[in-house]
Amino acid sequence: MRGSGYVHLWLVVCLISGVTRANGDVALTHQESPLKPSESKSSLNHTEHGHDSIITGIPIVTFKWHHVEAPYIIVLWILVAGLGKMVIESNHHVTNVIPESALLICFGFILGGMIWGADKQQTFKLTPTVFFFYLLPQIILDAGYFMPNKLFFSNMGGILVYAVIGTCWNAASLGLSLWGCHMGGAMGDLDIGLLQYLLFGSLIAAVDPVAVLAVFEQVHVNEVLFIMVFGESLLNDGVTVVLFNVFDAFVSLGGSKINAVEIIKGIISFFVVAFGGSLMGLVFGLLISLLTRCTKNIQIIEAGFIFVFGYLAYLTAEMLSLSAILSIVFCGMCCQKYINANMDERSVTTVRYVMKVLANGSETIIFVFLGISAIDKSIWVWNTGFILLTLLFIFVYRIIGVFFLTWILNKFRLVPLEFIDQVIMSYGGLRGAVAYGLATMLDENKIKEKNLMVCTTLIVVYFTVILQGITMKPLVTWLKVKRAAVTELTLIEKVQNKAFDHMLVAIEDISGQIGHNYMRDKWKHFEENWMSRFLMKPSARKNRDRIFNVFHQLNLKDAMSYVAEGERRGSLEFIRNESAFVDFKKKFGDEYSEVMPDIMADTSDDHGAMSAVGRNPVPSVSLEMHEQTMNGMRETNDVNSHHLLQQHLYKGRKQHRHRYSRSHFEVNKDENEVQEIFQRTMRSRLESFKSAKMGVAPPKHITKHTKRDQQQKMPNGKSVDKNRSYYSGDEDFEFSEGDSASGLEASRNSFPMRITYRAGDGIENPAFMPDLDPMSQVQIPPWLAEAELDSGMVAPSQRAQVRLPWTPSNLRRLAPLRNSTHSTDSFMLADAPAAQQRDDDELPPPPSPPQSPPPPPPHRGRL
Amino acid sequence: MGSSSSNMNNIPDGQQLLQETGFSAAHIVRLYERFEFLDKDNTGHLRPEDLETVPDLDKNPIGARIIGAFFPPGKETLDFGSFVRILAHFRPADSNRARDGAQQEPANSTTGKLRFAFQLYDQDGDGKISRDELLQVLRSMLGLQVTEEQLQCIAERAIQEADADKDDAISFDEFRKSLEKVDIDHKMSISFLR
Repeated sequence: MRGSGYVHLWLVVCLISGVTRANGDVALTHQESPLKPSESKSSLNHTEHGHDSIITGIPIVTFKWHHVEAPYIIVLWILVAGLGKMVIESNHHVTNVIPESALLICFGFILGGMIWGADKQQTFKLTPTVFFFYLLPQIILDAGYFMPNKLFFSNMGGILVYAVIGTCWNAASLGLSLWGCHMGGAMGDLDIGLLQYLLFGSLIAAVDPVAVLAVFEQVHVNEVLFIMVFGESLLNDGVTVVLFNVFDAFVSLGGSKINAVEIIKGIISFFVVAFGGSLMGLVFGLLISLLTRCTKNIQIIEAGFIFVFGYLAYLTAEMLSLSAILSIVFCGMCCQKYINANMDERSVTTVRYVMKVLANGSETIIFVFLGISAIDKSIWVWNTGFILLTLLFIFVYRIIGVFFLTWILNKFRLVPLEFIDQVIMSYGGLRGAVAYGLATMLDENKIKEKNLMVCTTLIVVYFTVILQGITMKPLVTWLKVKRAAVTELTLIEKVQNKAFDHMLVAIEDISGQIGHNYMRDKWKHFEENWMSRFLMKPSARKNRDRIFNVFHQLNLKDAMSYVAEGERRGSLEFIRNESAFVDFKKKFGDEYSEVMPDIMADTSDDHGAMSAVGRNPVPSVSLEMHEQTMNGMRETNDVNSHHLLQQHLYKGRKQHRHRYSRSHFEVNKDENEVQEIFQRTMRSRLESFKSAKMGVAPPKHITKHTKRDQQQKMPNGKSVDKNRSYYSGDEDFEFSEGDSASGLEASRNSFPMRITYRAGDGIENPAFMPDLDPMSQVQIPPWLAEAELDSGMVAPSQRAQVRLPWTPSNLRRLAPLRNSTHSTDSFMLADAPAAQQRDDDELPPPPSPPQSPPPPPPHRGRL
Repeated sequence: MGSSSSNMNNIPDGQQLLQETGFSAAHIVRLYERFEFLDKDNTGHLRPEDLETVPDLDKNPIGARIIGAFFPPGKETLDFGSFVRILAHFRPADSNRARDGAQQEPANSTTGKLRFAFQLYDQDGDGKISRDELLQVLRSMLGLQVTEEQLQCIAERAIQEADADKDDAISFDEFRKSLEKVDIDHKMSISFLR
């Protein structure tokens, strides 16, 4: 059992085998004695034995390194890779020139060198198992899930041609050419036959999605070019694995036994594997979509299903020897629409972020280990002819293939690919970890020159990723390749795009042709009528219109900018005085620039900062792993606003609580309670408003006074602060910073004209009158009267009372997030320092005088 | 191709259309066949009703407007020349610009395409998309999925985005400016008309 357990561990973590000393000596100063792999088995036993013997004595602390060794090392590696990335990314001037992937590989070189220095042998390397089972799937799933489907499918033909024909061409031409050169004697004495050359060609033929993404996302080429290169790299991974397996089988079979039947079988298997894998992915994608229809009650884990099913799609395809990569790609592509619609928005956000975390993490680890793998004497078998010829052929045949295929494709394409695009596509033929993973999978018994192939593959990878990666950006700039337009989301564009779609369909109908648009329209109808019906929740099917979504997002953005501006200025007062759809910045500028030039200057800065939060431009291609592609999406805005509000507002509530409710700390979680408090608050505020309107007393007096009233009216004094907290969250943002001592100055300056009494606003309901009058004069506490003398100050409740009917409904969603910020106390302090002492004495906990009438129940219903 | 050259002669103004629209002879012939097919009673003119019989066009939310765009105000019929000239808007832009020298503005230029799109909105032909006009299009495209208030908000917002001179309507220049970033050549081209 121990042995098998160990073997299992060994398999799972072979990447980290025997590392103890590496970590100890090099990376992380563990004081662990070196262990040879053979020893570590016995030492494991020893540990467990030691564990038994522990019982005799009573150790307080034991050091059980071997107990945690394997997972520990994995985690440490992840940490190291992550830290490496962090350091690299913090040097922007470097990453602007050298792509991150190249830097990570170099980081890997350094780490590998350190390990080598400590161990004198290669202890870590990227093994095919770890790579194909644990690192690759998440990257591919991420790519599939974030695939811009429309773009992908509208260029599907081209992508398939490049991915299938292009890859086969690369593999065959490289294999044959190398073989030809071998025959010609360019490489000296090598034991490689034609089939082995073809096998090598097939493994190194494919452009690598990881490497391509890492480089192309930094250069921002136009979306068509991007999807071509990226789609190709994604699909040809599947193709290359299939080719590799076919040729591997041929090699095992031996040259003599291969006849026409076997070749035909190979070709058939190629298609079966590729299409079977895609189909498998579709099936799993549909299954996830169906499943997420019913996860309403387990929202907390529904995000996990996506990863589980994605991985299952990968493993199932692998089990059936179908193309696992294609499977997981199509799984991600197929499910994205439905799961996004079916799941809770928070789950969608979770999926997006976790997807990015996993993919970025894997990518980082892959590149680091590609670097580390180089530091190994045993794999470096130098054969100048073989290596240089491989590099040359890869480069040349890629160019030939791309230009030839594009020439054919352009005969059919609506918008032909330009010459410059073709140059970039040819140059973007980066090879990566998939090739390396396949190379290490080669069987040394069958292929004598495995090490040469691995070494050549590594050189090709380094050459393409580092050299071509570095030169890509200058090349793109120099050739003036059409860049991706980083567009702001605008409604009119969305509307117009939709109109264009309809228009094209109509024109195709009229001219009696069946074109792309016709097909797309038909598919859309089918999709809406059938697929959505089965795969989407009925509730999710509604309001899925793109235009409306954009509209919604834009509104959220505006809300965000309102909040940002409001916080800047200490209040959201202005929001009620201007139309919700006006770009308030302009108006704001016009109205206030003369009043408060200094604040204006601030605001413009802040606008910039705010735009980083709320107005992130949405890149037209939303696939790039490192970009925050989710910015500008609804979810992110939500998160942003939540975060913002929590950061800025929640603290206040806590302080407030501690100040006021010393004996009552229970959190206001109960919805009903909140509701009731809200209603009460509204009621009392309406009352106070009423009283103000009636002119029973000067408005300010009434205000302050009824405010106190309202506190006292609460049957239990403790709910007072809660109640304020709730309503202020709902409608009174000016409570937050504007009235605090610190924001006082600003708020005074910025709202000189706001402090006006508006007679017209409000609901006239005589029913309130009887309650109010008796209370109004009796209970003005002396310190409040004092406070009134400070005429520059406005009592918040007066403002509130004045604005009450203006409550912008679009801010209501923010309400629960913001609990109270400032209490009566805090503005009192600001108001009348003289009153402070008494205030403090009197207020916490607020008294509940017997004379105050209990809140009359009938009014609650009305409000 | 052999049949096309013989057919070319039957088409009224065939050669001239060839010059004007940039369609190839084969395209003109194909479109002429289509025209004759739609022209059920062989008058040599299409009436709006003829176009309405096109299957699937009635399901198209802006189908009626597209049909309307084929018939300029005051004209009830459409001859083949106008038919082709309108379809020429959807021909992909030429990669070789040499031909452009002769005419000032070919129908398939970006401006030509945009102008066609613009007039779909601008029903009253005053050179501006008013809020009502936008609202009508939105209503037909969004249908019942959103409420009338939301539609109005959307229209309001869309106009504000594009409206540079604050006249509460979108002029053609504003329209073009707002769609600057959209690849019009891509979006308003149909491959078969190439």
